[in-house]
Amino acid sequence: MKELSLHILDITQNSIRAQAKLVKLLIIESTANNELTIIITDDGCGIPADRLENITDPFVTTRTTRKVGLGLSLFKAAAEACGGYFEISSSLGVGTKVVGSFMRDHIDRVPLGNMADTVLTMVMSFGETDLYYQHNFNNQLFVFNTREIKDTLEVESLNEPAILNWIREFVSEGLEEIMEE
Amino acid sequence: MAKSLAELKAIREKKLNEINLRHGKNGYRVVVGMATCGIAAGARPVMVKLMEEVDAKGLVDVTVAQTGCIGSCRLEPIVEVYDANNEKVTYVHMTPEKVAKVVAEHLAQGKVVDEYTMTVVDGKVIDPTVKG
Repeated sequence: MKELSLHILDITQNSIRAQAKLVKLLIIESTANNELTIIITDDGCGIPADRLENITDPFVTTRTTRKVGLGLSLFKAAAEACGGYFEISSSLGVGTKVVGSFMRDHIDRVPLGNMADTVLTMVMSFGETDLYYQHNFNNQLFVFNTREIKDTLEVESLNEPAILNWIREFVSEGLEEIMEE
Repeated sequence: MAKSLAELKAIREKKLNEINLRHGKNGYRVVVGMATCGIAAGARPVMVKLMEEVDAKGLVDVTVAQTGCIGSCRLEPIVEVYDANNEKVTYVHMTPEKVAKVVAEHLAQGKVVDEYTMTVVDGKVIDPTVKG
């Protein structure tokens, strides 16, 4: 993947297939700790223990449309290639947590990329599932919460151009703000 | 914060009438393949462009959503267009540029863009409609 945000988009699609009601995305960037950590938590159906053992084996997948499962394998490989680590934990009926941590200044670390378009695409593909996204950049916080937007607008889906355009600008401007020096 | 939810609420209320039309049954449903293969091949810019073009053309009865791996990873990004009768046209190797044409011709005027469908073999177009 050319951007970390594409890994994020990919892994959150697993949560959707696991029928999550809420996906939580935490991104922690710290220049002092030379760290970029991505934590994705969902309340989906969870993964049985015997499947979790080999979940990052690319030749293991539950899908029937093809014989390889690459999403988690690629994310793990990306983190480990950047002096970081990958963790996955899951509990049946409770949910799944995926962590990928990178050395922020590692030469092989691809850029985080376009988070505004990634959030937009998530919202378009999530249906009624909610997204809570918190970005911590050197202790400056940006928060995006679809539940808050749905409650304010009194709707259950945000998949409408007027709302999507606003979300795109909201995320783009919000992240710019916290990343200012 | 520059942008507020109150502002969004005002924008949306202005558009409320057309949004109600969006849930009509006559429109197209467009789905983009969003598994690892699709995302790596460029599904995100395709999805974003679909939203932009549907908005720009004011197509109030079109919905855009996602689907998983369709099983033809080499043809990603894949966009499927379902009409009101659930008949499907599959567009392959999509790009934002191709999306603009599909929205302008297929979604706006009902004319399938044959050259982008998956049924072109050796430059010859086979019936692009797959009966649901």
